[in-house]
Amino acid sequence: MKYAFFPGCVSRGGCPELYQSVKQVYPRLGIDLEEMTTVSCTGAGVLQEKDLRLGDILNAHTMALAEQQGLPIMTICSTCQGVMSQANHRLATDPGYLDDINRVLAEEGLTYHGTTTVKHFVWILLEDVGEQKIRQSVKRPLTGLRAAPFYGCYLQRPSAALGFEEQPARAKSLETVMALLGAEVVDFPGKTRCCGMPLITINEPGSLQMVAHHTSDAKEHGADVMVTPCPLCHLNLDGLQTKAAKHDRREIDLPILHLPQLLGLAMGLEPRALGLNRNLVSTKSVLEKLGVA
Amino acid sequence: MLTTFRIRRFNPESESPQPYFEDYQLVTERSDTVLDALIRIRETVDESLTVRCSCRGAICGSCGMRINGHATLACKTKVASLISSGDAIQVEPMNNMPVIKDLVTDMTGFWEKVRQVQPWLQPAGPEPEGEYLASPDAMNHLTGVMGCIMCGACVSDCAALEVNADFVGPAALAKAYRFVADPRDGSSSSRLTALNTPGGMWDCTRCMECIEVCPKEVGAMDRIMTLRAKGIEQGVPSTCGSRHTEAFADIIERKGRLDEPMLAVRTFGLTNFRQMFSFLPMVIRAVVRGKLPKSGPLFRAIPGVDRIRRLFRRAKE
Repeated sequence: MKYAFFPGCVSRGGCPELYQSVKQVYPRLGIDLEEMTTVSCTGAGVLQEKDLRLGDILNAHTMALAEQQGLPIMTICSTCQGVMSQANHRLATDPGYLDDINRVLAEEGLTYHGTTTVKHFVWILLEDVGEQKIRQSVKRPLTGLRAAPFYGCYLQRPSAALGFEEQPARAKSLETVMALLGAEVVDFPGKTRCCGMPLITINEPGSLQMVAHHTSDAKEHGADVMVTPCPLCHLNLDGLQTKAAKHDRREIDLPILHLPQLLGLAMGLEPRALGLNRNLVSTKSVLEKLGVA
Repeated sequence: MLTTFRIRRFNPESESPQPYFEDYQLVTERSDTVLDALIRIRETVDESLTVRCSCRGAICGSCGMRINGHATLACKTKVASLISSGDAIQVEPMNNMPVIKDLVTDMTGFWEKVRQVQPWLQPAGPEPEGEYLASPDAMNHLTGVMGCIMCGACVSDCAALEVNADFVGPAALAKAYRFVADPRDGSSSSRLTALNTPGGMWDCTRCMECIEVCPKEVGAMDRIMTLRAKGIEQGVPSTCGSRHTEAFADIIERKGRLDEPMLAVRTFGLTNFRQMFSFLPMVIRAVVRGKLPKSGPLFRAIPGVDRIRRLFRRAKE
């Protein structure tokens, strides 16, 4: 199982603990990664506000390089995944558009044939690694830990571009993995909603209200921890949780883990090796619950 | 098949006007829609259940409601498509608008916001002798957005509206796009300027709920993104939203990947000390945990960034 690894900007920027934890867990799952170092940001849906075609050119460039290597791409960010899935979907469903993009790539000696598969780590866990291997990797089952999933919009919508029809299990992939690790999954209405990150500059109170609402709602549903496959959601839910709590005048204090951090804990890895000391909301309560601290 | 419907009830004229859920059991057929079931409940079980509907064929947009947590048309949703899990089917009124009774919402605010974008053609120049002409391609392009039946599903599930009632919302913005993109309209500049204000096109949070729930595939959020692109292209005055987009594109062009602190500074504006200062506690916590990203000259471009720059240039050609 070899993949071209697309780490995205945030895992090497605001959430280095995500990059750190992925590096810890993937070799234990029989995954082999070749990191893509010469590719650009996906545009995160923001660049696409200015020029959708430019965004598709950049993503076609990334996918063409993986195609040359004969490797599927692995992402670790809902936004990277969604934006590349959408670009791939547009290129796959409009041959004329693909030709147009290829005319731009041709000047770099590249052609994208539309064959690259792009998969988020959580999909790879279920579809390629498989239940059996995940179970085998668990050395410290997360028994008793009540974990709420938080997907990130781009890993849920638009479902047509995300392959939900062909792979219906993707819609609940996060819950499935969390349950395989032994955690008790806490269902709550906000799990597929917006974290508020894109609003932080234009409507800060609204963005903070989303953070406060989702985290406290998960907590009221009994969650000890929230788990996300999206570092952008993490930036808001973890990074701005203290500010959101103050804004909403309530205590929240809900640890937010990246999915590979949760996986690493279940694998019995050391919390520091997974960067759990770098999350802004303390993860101590999670470690205590698991008897690690 | 015996099916349980968990319906949110609300009667403002009752002694204790609080919403509550009530379960109804009904034998349903494979061909039944949720609307068929609701009408049968009303006719055979509980005549007090209030539902709004008309065409029963996904044309009039009257029966918008939330089914299992997502807005949709009850007449377009087959019961059989929902009951595979065996759980009750939860039916609620649309969100982001007041409830009049049971599943019927007050759409006054919805219509006010649609009117706010002046949803009529405003041609410029002298009146032609014949009809105002538009190319078939241009009209074909508009067909998608003209398919909107004003059911309110996108507004119901809009995450931005939940935290900002002043946001004009996806349905009105899709309607605005319909006129901005119409080659016969002469007011696109003033329309974009009007949408460049608080509550306008930059207040969308890009959650794609509107794309997912639309029964007519109008793709409201995609239209909002195009409005933003057209706004930038036409040089509307800069806002946090447009500065964020422009700075993002510029950083990717120069570095290949995102310099996050630089993006924040350029978005808020160099002199917006108050807003930047409010993030200081978070920045300090990030520094203490050794994870404040490098920025500016310390932030290195990706290897081979020249190729990314060339792709940017060629895209503009």
